Amino acid sequence: MDLSLSTRTVGDRTVVEVGGEIDVYTAPKLREQLVELVNDGNFHLVVDMEGVDFLDSTGLGVLVGGLKRVRAHEGSLRLVCNQERILKIFRITGLTKVFPIHTSVDEAVAATD
Amino acid sequence: MATVELRFSALPEHVRTARLVAAAVARRAGVDEAVLDEVRLAVGEACSRAVGLHQIGGISAPVKVMLIEEEKQFSIEVGDEAAHASHGPGDSPGAMDEAEAEEDEMGLAVISGLVDDVQVSAGEHGGSIKMTWPTAPPAVALS
Repeated sequence: MDLSLSTRTVGDRTVVEVGGEIDVYTAPKLREQLVELVNDGNFHLVVDMEGVDFLDSTGLGVLVGGLKRVRAHEGSLRLVCNQERILKIFRITGLTKVFPIHTSVDEAVAATD
Repeated sequence: MATVELRFSALPEHVRTARLVAAAVARRAGVDEAVLDEVRLAVGEACSRAVGLHQIGGISAPVKVMLIEEEKQFSIEVGDEAAHASHGPGDSPGAMDEAEAEEDEMGLAVISGLVDDVQVSAGEHGGSIKMTWPTAPPAVALS
């Protein structure tokens, strides 16, 4: 399965809905999308991972890269994820301490700290 | 001989194929369903790493994946043909830059976090990552 990406604006946040598999082949598309959003002045991103079936370290690298970019503009990058198989990858790499991970888009959009 | 052997051109688009094949053979070998996600992820990481090493090194040889079914265990060995011996200060062009090295480490971190039994070897003529999982005996005995 390929990667699907769609974006929408909710208040001052930009929600990126990701679906499919994020791996060494598809991760560059996600990177491009995040870079483009930041270049266009969207510095508060919510990446909705609920439709993601597979995530590997290349995908993690892209998310960390996105976080670095928004932080350079005092922005934020929040994740929405409830899937245990995906959360596990964030845990074993210690990235649960790096990303705020929310259980719903509404919660992520409302979050301020 | 490996139960199933797979060779693929060192291109990112083929890593998914390797994951699917590895998961299918692992399932047949009796690897627990709950662990198949880990097998899929670990083999994907090892293949992504090998693809990266081949691309950096300009190596045209394929990446090799051996899926080995043995008594009570199942192993996957991912082999690359990149020369690993020369990472040091003052490396000539072709050595990994910092970002690539970081990505490589993250892949290895995921593998070692997922798999208890991992052997990483690297030499002048290539390296390999061998990962082993226990298998359950067949649930239904043939009568």
